[in-house]
Amino acid sequence: MTHLPLLSRHGLDDTLAWTPDGPVSVRQFLAQARVLAGQLPPGKWLLNVCQDRYRFAVGFAACLLTGKVSLQPASHAAATLERIQADYPGTFCLRDTPFDTVGLPSLDYPDLTQAPSGDVHAIPEFAAEQLAAILFTSGSTGLPQAHCKTWGKLVWNGRAEAERLGLDRHPHALVGTVPVQHSYGFESTFLLALQGGCPFWSGKPFYPQDICAALEAVPGPRLLVSTPFHLATLLDAEVPLPAVDLLLSATAPLSSALAARAEASCQAPLLEIYGSTESGQLASRRTTAGPAWELLSGVELEQAGEQTWALGRHVEGRIPLGDLIEVLPEGRFLLHGRHGDLINIAGKRTSLAYLNHQICALPGVRDGAFLLPETSDERGTTRLAAFAVAPGLDARQLLDGLRQRLDPVFLPRPLILLESLPRNSTGKLPRQELLALLAARKRHD
Amino acid sequence: MSASLSPETVEALLPEVAELIVNALNLEMAPAEIEPDAPLFGEGLGLDSIDVLEVALVVSKRYGFQLRSDNEDNVRIFASLRALTAHIAAQRSK
Repeated sequence: MTHLPLLSRHGLDDTLAWTPDGPVSVRQFLAQARVLAGQLPPGKWLLNVCQDRYRFAVGFAACLLTGKVSLQPASHAAATLERIQADYPGTFCLRDTPFDTVGLPSLDYPDLTQAPSGDVHAIPEFAAEQLAAILFTSGSTGLPQAHCKTWGKLVWNGRAEAERLGLDRHPHALVGTVPVQHSYGFESTFLLALQGGCPFWSGKPFYPQDICAALEAVPGPRLLVSTPFHLATLLDAEVPLPAVDLLLSATAPLSSALAARAEASCQAPLLEIYGSTESGQLASRRTTAGPAWELLSGVELEQAGEQTWALGRHVEGRIPLGDLIEVLPEGRFLLHGRHGDLINIAGKRTSLAYLNHQICALPGVRDGAFLLPETSDERGTTRLAAFAVAPGLDARQLLDGLRQRLDPVFLPRPLILLESLPRNSTGKLPRQELLALLAARKRHD
Repeated sequence: MSASLSPETVEALLPEVAELIVNALNLEMAPAEIEPDAPLFGEGLGLDSIDVLEVALVVSKRYGFQLRSDNEDNVRIFASLRALTAHIAAQRSK
C-alpha cells in the first residue's frame, strides 16, 4: 500500500502559513493538528467551514489523522446542509465564525497556539486509498452530488499543479481570494501549498485594498490565486499593487484582453487552470499565448462523438466533462463552450435544469423557468432572469423561497411573474420567447 | 471616525448612496425603495459578494477612498444602507 506525506518539499521548521499574528511553522501546524484531532467528536464526517485558510488546513489535517472525511459542499444554503445532515449522519461542523449550522452540532475552532511541538519529529503519511474529502456539486435533480477524493489523488493533483507552475523548483507564497473549501481554492491554495512546498496567507482578502495588504504581508516571490471577477475588480480599483510574480485564474473564462491587462499591470505571467470538481485539475494555459490548453502531467482525454472524458493519474476514475472539447496533438486541446444547459456565474456552476426544478418546487408555483441572457461582461457575472406562474404570490415571496435553496449568485434578477409561460406545442420553452419577454420588461422599465 | 459626523450628515447622504447602489447594480427599483435600516443581504435587498465588490468599486471612485475589511466580516460595512452611508461619510476624501 502506498503512503503519501501530508506535506512535500517542506522541512519541519519551514514556514507553512503567514497569519496576522505572524508565521506558523510546519512543526507548529502538525502539533496543532494533533491537539485538534484529540478534540474532534467521534463522528466520521466533518463539515469544515473555517473561513481562515490556515484553520481549515489544521481541521483537514486533524481529519486525516483520525480517519475522518472532510465534507465540502458547493453552497451553504440551508437546504443543502439539511440534505448533508440526512445523508451523512453524525456530521459535525468545525467553524471559526458565527456560522449558522442549521442544527448541525458544531465545534468552535479552539485556541491551539500553545500546542506543544517539541516532540514533533516527522511529517505524517496516509494511505493513498484513504478517503480524505467529499466535494459536492449541485446535481440536476436538486440533490447534492458527492465526489469522493482519496488522499493519493489529492496529493497527485497538488504535485501536478506545482510542477506545471514551476513551484516545485521555485516555491512562491500563495495569496488566495477564493474560498479554500471549493475545488479551485482547495486545489490551488491548500493542496498546492502542502504538496508544492509553498507557504500561504491565512486570510481570504476581499476588497482590492485587502488583496494589496495580504500580498505585502508575505515574502516574495508571490503567487496570487484569483478569478476573472476579482482580477478585474482589482485592476479597476487602480490601487498601487505590491510585486506579484505569478497570477493564477480559474472558475470562469478569462478574456485575453483582461489577461493582457493583468500581465501588464503586474509585470507577471498569468496562467489559467481548467478543471472541475468531479475531475480535479486537468490543464493550464497562459491566456496571452493563445487559446490552446495543455494537459497536466498524467492526465488523458478520451472522446466519443461530442462527449469527452478525463482520466489518468490524479483523476478519480473516468470523468465525463461538461465542455465541448477539440483535441489537438501533443496533449493540447481547445474549449468550445459548455454542453447544453450548464451555466457558470462568477465561478459557481449549476444547470438550468437544476434551477428550473428549484423554482417549480416552490409552494404555489405552477410553472417556472430560468434564463441566462446573452450579455456577458469580462468578469463573467451575467445575472439570471426567471419567469414564474404563481397566482397570489409576489416576486419577493418567491425570492425568499429560492434563497433557501440556491446560492445567492443564482437568484434571478429580475424575477418576472406571468399568467402563463410561452410554452410551445411540445411543452418546450423557446429561448427566443423568453428573451423577448425579458426585453419587453426592460423596455417597460 | 470623524468626530463631526452627525446623524443628520448621514441622513442627508442616504439618497445619493441609494442611487449609487441602484445604478451600479442595475436594480429594478427606485433608490427611495431601499429601506435605510433593512439588511442589504439575504432577506433584505438580497445582494451578494459580487454586488459588494461592484458597489465598493463605484464608492472608491466617487468618494476617493478604498474599502478595507481589516479582518472584520467583509460585509459588515454593507449591513444596511445606513451603515454603508455612515462609513462613506466618515471615510470620504472627496
